[in-house]
Amino acid sequence: MNFPILSAIIFIPLIGAFFILITQGSEKNVEKNSKYVAIFSSLANFFLSLFIWFSFDLNTSEFQFVEKRNWIDGFINFHLGIDGISILFILLTTFITPICIFSGIQSIKFKIKEFLIAILLLETLMIGVFCSLDLVIFYLFFEGGLIPMFLIIGIWGGPNKVYSAFKFFLFTLLGSVLMLIAIISIYWIVGTTDLIKLLEYKIPKDYQYLLWLAFFSSFAVKMPMWPFHTWLPDAHVEAPTAGSVILAAILLKMAGYGFLRFSIGLFPLASDYFTPLIFLLSVIAIIYTSLVALMQDDMKKLIAYSSVAHMGFVTLGIFSLTKQGVEGSIFQMLSHGLISAALFLCVGVLYDRYNSRMISSYAGLVNVMPKYALVFMIFTLGALGLPGTSGFIGEFLVLVGVFQKSIIVAILASIGVIFAAVYMLWLYKRVIFGRLTNLKIKIFTDLNKTELYILSSLAFLILFFGFYPEPLLNTMDVSINNLIDKYQNNLEYHLTQTVK
Amino acid sequence: MQTIIYILPELFLSFSIMILLMIGVFVKKSFKLIYLLTILCIIFSIILLLNQPSDVVMIFNESYIIDKLSILMKVLTLLFCSLVLFASREYIEINNINKIEYPIIVLASVLGMLLMISSYDLIIFYLGLELQSLCLYILASFKVRDEKSTESGLKYFILSALASGILLYGSSLIYGFTGSTNFDVISNNLNQTNPGAIFGIVFVIVGLAFKVSAVPFHMWTPDVYEGSPTSVTSFFAIVPKIAAMTIFIRFLYVPFVNIMSQWQSIIVFLSIASMILGAVAAIGQSNIKRLIAYSSIGHIGYALAGLATGTNEGIQSTIMYLIIYLFMNLGLFSCIFMMKRENIFDENINDLSGLSKNHPLLALSFLVLLFSLAGIPPLAGFFAKFYIFMAVIESNMYLLAVIGLLTTVISAFYYLRIIKIIYFDKPVKRFDTSYDWGLKIPLILSTIIVLIYFIYPSILIDTVNTIKVY
Repeated sequence: MNFPILSAIIFIPLIGAFFILITQGSEKNVEKNSKYVAIFSSLANFFLSLFIWFSFDLNTSEFQFVEKRNWIDGFINFHLGIDGISILFILLTTFITPICIFSGIQSIKFKIKEFLIAILLLETLMIGVFCSLDLVIFYLFFEGGLIPMFLIIGIWGGPNKVYSAFKFFLFTLLGSVLMLIAIISIYWIVGTTDLIKLLEYKIPKDYQYLLWLAFFSSFAVKMPMWPFHTWLPDAHVEAPTAGSVILAAILLKMAGYGFLRFSIGLFPLASDYFTPLIFLLSVIAIIYTSLVALMQDDMKKLIAYSSVAHMGFVTLGIFSLTKQGVEGSIFQMLSHGLISAALFLCVGVLYDRYNSRMISSYAGLVNVMPKYALVFMIFTLGALGLPGTSGFIGEFLVLVGVFQKSIIVAILASIGVIFAAVYMLWLYKRVIFGRLTNLKIKIFTDLNKTELYILSSLAFLILFFGFYPEPLLNTMDVSINNLIDKYQNNLEYHLTQTVK
Repeated sequence: MQTIIYILPELFLSFSIMILLMIGVFVKKSFKLIYLLTILCIIFSIILLLNQPSDVVMIFNESYIIDKLSILMKVLTLLFCSLVLFASREYIEINNINKIEYPIIVLASVLGMLLMISSYDLIIFYLGLELQSLCLYILASFKVRDEKSTESGLKYFILSALASGILLYGSSLIYGFTGSTNFDVISNNLNQTNPGAIFGIVFVIVGLAFKVSAVPFHMWTPDVYEGSPTSVTSFFAIVPKIAAMTIFIRFLYVPFVNIMSQWQSIIVFLSIASMILGAVAAIGQSNIKRLIAYSSIGHIGYALAGLATGTNEGIQSTIMYLIIYLFMNLGLFSCIFMMKRENIFDENINDLSGLSKNHPLLALSFLVLLFSLAGIPPLAGFFAKFYIFMAVIESNMYLLAVIGLLTTVISAFYYLRIIKIIYFDKPVKRFDTSYDWGLKIPLILSTIIVLIYFIYPSILIDTVNTIKVY
């Protein structure tokens, strides 16, 4: 196929953003038009990505829809391509972005035009991350995402937004610059930054450990892994609802994707060597942040900490390096993308009505908002991993994978599942049930149409993939097998080299 | 006669300086006319330069070189000089420094820079340097009735004269120990076992480091940048850097190339110290000109990191860094020229508060330029740093690379602080919106170049790739 469909999917939002930028006229008109442009371009992108999914060849692990253009002469190619793993993340991105736009239109009160530009720009950069097959291009997209996210938190955020925005920006930048050094070093060691060539090349063992650590520093901050997670609760609390949704649903997944694609693909020996470290950090993340989540009185902070715990499962699964584990971690990322997005939207629904994120401000909502209570229930159960929701499949597969590597780690991680049930159910109980005493809450209206459509579509997907995960698992199956096989071969090669 | 062709741009400039001076003396109230003619002269000399043959030519007893490096740098000097003049015209008129001498002195200093860029001999180099420095002293104190301007001019004069003295002493040592002032001969006669000449090299490097304002010879920069009229500051921050950096490259890689191991550690030190000081000292500044002074110190540190590698890639990366940096700086100063309320120019960062509300497009330019200065992809500033670190890591100077990138993070903080003030804070009074096109053109040009550079980055690499110094 000659049509550059991946470039199209990357740059459609950018073009949309450009059109919004140049719209002129009275303020009301500009706002209306920008909303239409944003909705149109993000939905078009979603359908385009669905089209890519349907025309995707499930039987090959090769990269598909490959595009290669000369970019910096003889040095870096603008090289795009997707496999069974990246297509799913692209789908997640194109699905979440319209939701953010709808939610933003509802709740953002000023500078709506700039907000839509920022979201569309962010979509371009996020899709670019999942499509790029060149380290430099990857870095470009990965880092570029900082700019719009910084603005989203800083302009439309809560009272302490400046601190959070700066913390977010500087933490992630600090992690990433080390990755840049690693990327340049790889260029001088191997002579290329092209991912397909690099995956065939076996990077000498002396370099692997340091390079792995440099990539780790970037991904661990972005993921975020304990103890680099402190920026996340701050960023989530201050960010507007749409910003939190994008942050939790997609930005964090870029790090998981990076681990899969780069850390494991390029440095198998180091990945094997550092597995205990990852396991340790992940288990601490799961147990410690779950306990921290238990004690939060701010709903957004609670969900943010639960995100860290859920990401702990993801890193566990990835570095179990078994088929089930990796499959589970990807599934967990997708499902967490849906569930955390939904939970942040739910908090946003309350925040729009009462301007408070404190759990103690609410009680007995079931009396005035029955529909809300229902969808919130589904998301709560999803977050704690109840069978029948997508959260269960991910966690279960991860635990199966980890079990093959280390029983103790699997047991400790399962404890985390229990904690998740504790803090989520307790949250639900305090917010939804109880006596409705606050008079201001009594006049709450239930979900309006937009909110209902958004939340029920998310709820539908969470339940659907909980009962029938096949479509997702099928898509990634071949690519994961290939990933694991390559990893094993590569590792054996290095190990035999060492013995000699 | 043949040689005249090669120095045609310089000759043309010198004649036009004299003619413009005559016009200025005999025509009353001729500032506008002379200003326009100055810009035209500069543009005409760019055209003359572009028509020069591109092979290496040595003239005047091998004391004057015309090669790709010198032509590129001369074009850049003239181009940025004209853009700065475009951008600062309004400022000059409003602040009543619209004397005919202003554009003529600028022109004379540019002539000195062209001589410096092409010099291949210690004497020619020193003459060019002094010509441009003397003009810059006058420019710094051009606003005679303003205490700060006079102070900065005097300060600059004293310190710079000291640096020139050191440089001259170094040159004389080199001449004494190698027996020549010609760069090629010096290069052949210099070797490790020549301690006196090494003293000379250190002195020369100190003098040059002063001119590019590298730490620890940077002390004049913040005061002079802050005290001078903004039109002069913008000139200082952009145009002389090109010539100073060129002659830095020329010195290190032609006469001193055989003793690279001796100067390499000096340059590494200058680079690291500049990067760190530039990043840390700028954090507490509230005057935007002072902040830019510190940020320019930091940026010179990155440019020097490329030079420290001792490879052709290093030189090329330095040149690319310089070019991109000049565009960003030009844009930033154009923005500053727009910070004007009722004909009074503001310099405090807090005056930018809430700019995004009142002037969305100006705020957007600020945003793009500042993120680019901080080196965030996909803006041009990222590529500049990327090239530098490519070269640095190729030479296995990992310490330099790590420190450089960590200081990037620190310096990102103060760029973000300005963005925070522009975008997150409450709006204050609007700025005047009556800018002329001369101001808009440099701003739009530089913002767009910084913004869309990523689409076709090869363009700069292709230009610079052919440059070889040794």
